Amino acid sequence: MIGPYDRATIGVLWWRDLVRFFRQPSRLVGALAQPVLFWGIIGSGMAATFRLPGSSEGYLRYFFPGVVLMVVLFAAIFTTLSVIEDRHAGFLQAVLAGPASRGAVVLGKVLCSSSVALSQAALFLVLAPAAGFPLLSVNWPLLLAALALVAVGLAALGFAVAWVVDNVQGYHAIQMTLLIPLWIVSGAMFPASPEHPVLGAVMRANPIAYAVSATRRALGGPEAPGAMAGSTGRDLLVLAAFAATTLALAVLAARRRGAPR
Amino acid sequence: MPVPDGPARLSAEGLRFAYGDRVALDGVSFSIRAGEVFGFLGPNGAGKSTLFSILAGLLPASSGELFLDGRPLDPSSRTLRARMGVVFQEPSLDAKLTATENLRLGAALFRVPREEARRRTAELLAAAGLSDRARDPVGKLSGGMRRRLEIARALVHRPEVLLLDEPTTGLDALSFRRTWEALRELRGTGGATVVLTTHRPDEAAHCDRLAILSRGRVVAVETPESLLSRVAGDVVVVEASGAEGLAAEIAERFGVAARASGDAVSIERERGHELVPRLVEAFPDGRFRSVSVRRPSLADAFLHVAGEDLAAETRP
Repeated sequence: MIGPYDRATIGVLWWRDLVRFFRQPSRLVGALAQPVLFWGIIGSGMAATFRLPGSSEGYLRYFFPGVVLMVVLFAAIFTTLSVIEDRHAGFLQAVLAGPASRGAVVLGKVLCSSSVALSQAALFLVLAPAAGFPLLSVNWPLLLAALALVAVGLAALGFAVAWVVDNVQGYHAIQMTLLIPLWIVSGAMFPASPEHPVLGAVMRANPIAYAVSATRRALGGPEAPGAMAGSTGRDLLVLAAFAATTLALAVLAARRRGAPR
Repeated sequence: MPVPDGPARLSAEGLRFAYGDRVALDGVSFSIRAGEVFGFLGPNGAGKSTLFSILAGLLPASSGELFLDGRPLDPSSRTLRARMGVVFQEPSLDAKLTATENLRLGAALFRVPREEARRRTAELLAAAGLSDRARDPVGKLSGGMRRRLEIARALVHRPEVLLLDEPTTGLDALSFRRTWEALRELRGTGGATVVLTTHRPDEAAHCDRLAILSRGRVVAVETPESLLSRVAGDVVVVEASGAEGLAAEIAERFGVAARASGDAVSIERERGHELVPRLVEAFPDGRFRSVSVRRPSLADAFLHVAGEDLAAETRP
């Protein structure tokens, strides 16, 4: 199980990446500017034509929770990318030669990546009132739980892909091909339509959809328009299962010891 | 210099490793005593990197065993790893963090108590001549400074074994000397046992004992002095094109052992200076680019013992 050296290593990795993140102003600016632009441009462009069936909700308000998830998704993709370069020549190599288990290395990396993702999401959430979600009416514990679980799940998935693929181009290719479509059909940009049962089925099998759904409920209340049918508890349970599965995958991947290059 | 006697600190028996069909380590055994500076000398491709990865716990050997103070040291026994410090050939410091932060992170990984870590960090930075650069991001330090800081980080938890991969690769002469002074000092204070891999004769000369690694095997373990004494007298080096053919011709005409490597033929011989005029007269003008006589180096000793050139790249 987790021993004292493992806890030390988790703490070190966590602290290190947070310091690195906050020490690079360009990353902070990019982390904030990109979703704001995305939300503003796509949101405004779609606002004129988009009508949510059975609701008068405007598109900027509908799209906002989706962009929150996009922030988490991109942060998880980009922060776990460092696993590849750090593993063969870099800080992680020294950590791997240290006294902690591979599992601890995975946890440290995943926790730190999730923290960066949550910090970026928090920065973007400052704009929630502009989207029509007053900060005081937000269900913060639910929001934190949903975003933390999906962040851990995505970061662990990123770790596993990074470890197995082991090159930056391949990592990007896989992550972008896998995750961007998943995000698009998560209900982030448009709801599932009863006329497209296949799309609905994909959505129900898509963990990101449950994160979007829980985020909608946290921001707009239990009956928020666009949320999937079902309870918040079910959303969180699916997300917890997703996080547990990808964490297990990441630990399995990290235990494979590749040949030195 | 005297080699410390005593029980084995780090030892191995029959380490093997293969990448598919390609055997990188073919039954490597050795026994390193506490307190000595021990080097694995071999050309690229001899299996040094694979051996280093196994010693560092990054790669499990296909078979064979590794022992620290007589206890088996396999990749799953991570806590024994706390007694080792590892310095990689590639930089493994965090360039975005300061020198101090890097050492503190290293200390935290090995659970050095905070106060102790603070004190050790200051001591090690001073010893590495980096006290005035303590707050600079590592990315702004020179190559030599970074190397000394890497070593300092590996020492921050007072390991009993310090493991280094090609420790002075890419360093200028001054940085090379300062790094080795620091490593020798470590030995002087009765600190860590130093284990390193290298392909450089000048680096190998600093070791107490050397294991000659050739094509995945240890073919000799001796002091540098003893290795050098295996080469008789002088080395006469003839630089010329077509070295292979020339070596055969020299061997035939003078009855000496001549080895070709690259664009040079080397001949080991007592009273080498007497051979030089005979060589020059025996061959037409312009056949040689240069002829020289020198004392044997560890590169010559390696060639003598392993039968291959230390500078060559071999694929086992």
